[in-house]
Amino acid sequence: MATQGPIHDPANVDPMIDPRTGEYAVLAPGHNFKSVTQKIAGIVLTDHTPWAWVGGLFLAATIATGVIIGVTWLVLKGVGIWGITIPGAWGFAIINFVWWIGIGHAGTLISAILLLFKQTWRNSINRFAEAMTIFAVCCAGIFPLLHVGRPWLGYWLLPYPNTMNLWPQFRSPLAWDVFAVSTYATISVVFWYIGMIPDFGTLRDRATLPLAKYFYGMLSLGWRGSTRHWIRYESASLLLAGLSTPLVLSVHTTISFDFAVAAMAGWHTTIFPPYFVAGAVYSGFAMVLTLAIPIRKFYHLEDLVTLRHLDNMAKVMLATGSIVAYGYGMEVFMSWYSASHWEFFMMWNRMFGPMGWAYWILILTNLAIPLTTLWSRKLRVNVLYLFCLSFVVNIGMWFERFVIVVTSLYRDYLPSSWGTYRATKWDYILFLGTWGMFTFLFLLFARLAPMIPMSEIRMMLPQTKIRHGGEDAEVVVQEAL
Amino acid sequence: MPPREGVYGLLAEFNTPSELVHATEMAHRAGYRRMECYTPYPVEEAAEALRFHKTGVPLMCLVGGVMGLITGYGMEVWVNVWGYPLNIAGRPLFSWPAFVIPGYEWTILFAGLSAAFGMIAQNGLPQLYHPLFNAPNFRDGATTDKFFLCLESHDPQFSPLETRAFLEKFSPVSVVEVDH
Repeated sequence: MATQGPIHDPANVDPMIDPRTGEYAVLAPGHNFKSVTQKIAGIVLTDHTPWAWVGGLFLAATIATGVIIGVTWLVLKGVGIWGITIPGAWGFAIINFVWWIGIGHAGTLISAILLLFKQTWRNSINRFAEAMTIFAVCCAGIFPLLHVGRPWLGYWLLPYPNTMNLWPQFRSPLAWDVFAVSTYATISVVFWYIGMIPDFGTLRDRATLPLAKYFYGMLSLGWRGSTRHWIRYESASLLLAGLSTPLVLSVHTTISFDFAVAAMAGWHTTIFPPYFVAGAVYSGFAMVLTLAIPIRKFYHLEDLVTLRHLDNMAKVMLATGSIVAYGYGMEVFMSWYSASHWEFFMMWNRMFGPMGWAYWILILTNLAIPLTTLWSRKLRVNVLYLFCLSFVVNIGMWFERFVIVVTSLYRDYLPSSWGTYRATKWDYILFLGTWGMFTFLFLLFARLAPMIPMSEIRMMLPQTKIRHGGEDAEVVVQEAL
Repeated sequence: MPPREGVYGLLAEFNTPSELVHATEMAHRAGYRRMECYTPYPVEEAAEALRFHKTGVPLMCLVGGVMGLITGYGMEVWVNVWGYPLNIAGRPLFSWPAFVIPGYEWTILFAGLSAAFGMIAQNGLPQLYHPLFNAPNFRDGATTDKFFLCLESHDPQFSPLETRAFLEKFSPVSVVEVDH
C-alpha cells in the first residue's frame, strides 16, 4: 500500500479519490451489503422498464433483422452475393469473424486473467464483459459458418462417424479453428453461468413477481449460500479461470494460424500469434468501454463502475496497443529484412497500393490517436473522450483485419492473377445486422440478469473483515453501519 | 439419510461475518459437527471454523482434463492414421505437432466442464427445495446481507433447548427452529 500523503487540498478533495494513494477508489465509500445488493438487483427487479431501454431494444432488433435477411438471401442464392471472389476469397466473412471474436477476448481476460492476478477492481466489470464475450462469439460464429458455402452442411466440420466414412483433416488450421472456437464458446458460457448462480439466488429471494421468482429460482439451482458450497464454488471458479487463461490465448493464436500457416506474403510470420492476441485484447477493452460508459450513466452505477475502472481499462489499452504497434513495426521491418521480394512488394502495396488508404486509416485510428493521448491521465478519466476513443480503436482494429485479409490476397505472387476486392451491399447488411444482434442481446441481458456480480462486490467491502475473538464484534457492527 | 420430519435444525442469524465465525468456531469446540454456515459471499474463515478444507473439485478437473486430452488426441491420431488416412503434401500420417491444438482444446473443454458440473454435483445442486427456505428470515438475508449458522438436528449433541441456549450466548439477531 502506498503511503504518500494526500495530494489534494482537503478542502476541495474529490470523495472518490482515495487520500492514501491519490487514485480513484474502486468503489464509492459508504456502501454496505444491502445497498450494493439493492442497487444491482433493483435494475433487474424493478417494475419500471425505462422507455429508453425499450426504444434501444426496438432499434437494435430492427438492425438485427439484417442478419435474418442477409442469411436468408445467402442461403437462397449462395455466397456469390458477397464480394468474395478469387483472389480475394476471404473478404468480410473472415474480417468480421476475427474482429468479433477478438472483441470477445477482453471479457475472458477480465474474468480469468485478472482474477488470477487478484485484480479485484475487475469484479465490477467482470459480468458484463463476459456477457459481451458470449454475444461477440455468437456474432463471430455466423461468418465462418456461412463462409463454408453450404452452411446447412456445417456439421461436416465436426468429427462424427458417418455413412460417408469421411473424417476431418486435422492438419488444417481451419479444423483447429472449429475446436478452438467451439471450446471457447462453451467454456465462456459455463463460466458466465456459474458466476451468476449465487446472484440468481439473490434475485430469487428478492423478487416479488411469481414469474420472476420461478425464473430466477430455476436458474439459481436452489443456491442457498452454504459455506461448503461456496468453497467448492470458489475452487471451481479459480480452476475455470486457470483454464480460460491459456484458452483465450490459444483461441486467437489458432485464428492467427489460419493466416500464419498459409504461405502467403504478409501472413507467413511468427509474430502473428502474440500480435493477434494483443490486438484482440485491445479491441475488446475498447468494446468494454463502449458498453460500460453508457451503462454506468444510464443505470447510475458510477459508484460501482468508477473512474478507476475506466482509467485501468485505458491503461490496459495503452499497453496492448503498444504491443500492436510493435507488431506493425516488426511487420514493416521484416518485409525489408527478410530480403524477400514478395514480402517487400506486399508491404509497399499495403501502404501505397490502390488500397493504401485502409492502411493509413489503420495507423491513424489504432496507433496515432490512442497511443499519443492515452498517456494523459486527464484524458484517461475523461468519460466522453474514452467513449469516442473506444469507437476509434474498434474501427482501427476492424481495418487491421481488413488490411491483413485483403491486401495480402488481392495481389499475390503472380501479377496475372491479381484482382481487387469490393464488398457488396449484402456484406454490409450482414455486418450491420450483427451489430444490431449484439446490442439486442446485450440489452436483454442488462434487463434480465445481474450486470454486476453482487457476491463479488460484497467481497470488496470493508465490512468483510473478520475480527477474531467475538468480543469486539459490536465494534464491527458499528463500523459496518 | 436424515429424517424427513420434525425439526431440521436451529438457525442463528448474525449481522456480521465476525460473529458468525466466532459462533461457528465455538460450536465446533463444543463438539457440534453437523452444522453449516450460510453467507451472502464466500467467507473462508467460516470454512476454517467448520474444518472444511478439501474439495473434490480439483481432482475432478484433473481427471476430466486427462480424459479430454486422451480422447481428443487419440481421436485425431485414429482418424488421420487409420480411420481416413490422407496424404497431404507428403506429410506423415502421424503429424503429431499438428494434432496438438485440437487435443489441447479438448483438454480444456473436458477439464472446464468437469470442474463446473462436478462442483454443481458435489454441492447437490440443483436442489430447488431445502428446509432452510422455510425459515422466515433465511431468504431475506442469506443471499443479501445476513450471516447464518445452522446446527442440524441429526447431530448427536443436538437438543432443542440446550442448543438454543448455546446459540443465544453469541447474541444472534434471532434463533429460529427450522422444520423439514
